[in-house]
Amino acid sequence: MVDELNYKPSELMVVNAARLLRDGDVVFVGVGIPNLACNLAMRTHAPNLQMIYEAGVIGAQPSRLPLSIGDPTLVSGALSVCSMYDIFTLYLQRGNVDVGFLGGAQIDQFGNINATVIGDYKNPKVRLPGSGGSMEIAAWANRCYIITPHQKRRFPARVDFRTSIGFLSGGDARKETGVRGAGPEAVVTNLGLMQPNQDGELILTALHPGVSFDQVRENTGWDLKQSETCIVTEPPKQEELRILREELDPGRIYI
Amino acid sequence: MTKQMSLKDAIREYVHDGDTLYASGFTHLIPFAAGHEIIRQGIKDLVLARATPDLIYDQMVAAGCARKVVFSYMGNPGVGSLRRVRAAIEVGTLEWEEYSHFSMISRLQAGANGLPFMPMKATGATDLADQNPNYQKVNDPYTGEAVVVVPPLKPDVAVVHVQRADAEGNAHVWGILGEQRLAAFASTRVILTAEEIVDQSVIRSDPNRTLIPGLIVDAVCHVPFCAHPSYTQGYHDRDNKFYLEWDQISKTEERVGEYLCEWVYDVPDRAAYWEKLGPDVHERLAAGARLSEPVNYGDY
Repeated sequence: MVDELNYKPSELMVVNAARLLRDGDVVFVGVGIPNLACNLAMRTHAPNLQMIYEAGVIGAQPSRLPLSIGDPTLVSGALSVCSMYDIFTLYLQRGNVDVGFLGGAQIDQFGNINATVIGDYKNPKVRLPGSGGSMEIAAWANRCYIITPHQKRRFPARVDFRTSIGFLSGGDARKETGVRGAGPEAVVTNLGLMQPNQDGELILTALHPGVSFDQVRENTGWDLKQSETCIVTEPPKQEELRILREELDPGRIYI
Repeated sequence: MTKQMSLKDAIREYVHDGDTLYASGFTHLIPFAAGHEIIRQGIKDLVLARATPDLIYDQMVAAGCARKVVFSYMGNPGVGSLRRVRAAIEVGTLEWEEYSHFSMISRLQAGANGLPFMPMKATGATDLADQNPNYQKVNDPYTGEAVVVVPPLKPDVAVVHVQRADAEGNAHVWGILGEQRLAAFASTRVILTAEEIVDQSVIRSDPNRTLIPGLIVDAVCHVPFCAHPSYTQGYHDRDNKFYLEWDQISKTEERVGEYLCEWVYDVPDRAAYWEKLGPDVHERLAAGARLSEPVNYGDY
């Protein structure tokens, strides 16, 4: 028997990210929490979801949780395997990807992401891994979701470096670049959901059960606004938690 | 004509101080045995290019082989930071040149195709382009819109690991293909390492699987388990446990030094390294069987 009232922040993020996915979505997915969210969505409301990995795997059916994005379990039983150039061109650049998942050390008020450096680029204080595929995913997937724990240092008003773009400085700035994707649609955290308003500014649109707006404000680096229609998310359901704990991550690697 | 030789001889003959090296493989097929042999031979001042430097370049940087890295994701995949490369960049002892995955691979694509540059759609993210003058813009002559371009990457030497090859270097590859083929075609010299050296009739039985033709290959080396702790699809699994352990080992130069002594300098070759890993590791990484259905090419 799964205890519905007793769930972890990571489980809350996975469940809420999964609920954002639609049946039939083609998702460019990373390992960890996005991978769990996709698998959960496939086992609940989105059985026709297709997972694409940047390593060049389409329609993966992993029989175990992959540690890396290039795990052999992604290949065995997949629909197709292609080169890296093909995955970034035929699939992503061409416009065949509905959803991209993104993360990063910093996410700012307009959904721009820094995964490159803290401090000066040429004299880095902390050197982070860098773009990988995120620069193109953020620009070219039809829509993007960002999943990250809600901490003030992760949500500065401005990022030190724009590795990949959200809405730049807001307004029409993203549209004017001509990138094909619509940009971040939601940021899922352990406290709630932030979504862009018409200016591309992230505002609070949902709180998780038991969380207050003040609590979220205290953990956000800009003067966070709350949507007039801000809702409280439905707590994770027993079935969602059961699938996560018993089928998807029994070893509790990511949750 | 056979090009088969030992990995030691191939590295000695085809990898020189100051070369730009592309040891290819996206998570899969990373030729660690070649990296270790380069370390043992004390080759210096290399420009190490890879989309993901991975542990192979972390070890080579720690061993003093590199003057520069060219990369697009500098992490320990699935684990976290690539500590030795990161530390060398942070203290300023290692030059670096950085791309996104797609622009890095586009550079190889231009190199492999013999083109002067490769166009890409804009991403709107210009901070990296501001730091790396290899990102340029040209106008699309048909629409007038600006497109981003990157120049060809043409490494002096590529090391490419494959499942099986004949002695001339015609190679079958399957599983995650990454940038294997582009790295081979883009480079001036190609060292091929293979799990198995097979008769050419095996290659000819399935020509669609030949991603690298012998005509661009300089050396063919029989190196089973070349990729460990990376993996070779169908031959052995990725050693995720070691990738996690490296996160601890690589925290200090001392521990990395001890690792390199025990597992690189004091080991003559890959066969000895694999034996030293022991039967428990061999069993843990065994691949099992999942065969594809044969196809009929037709008897014409």
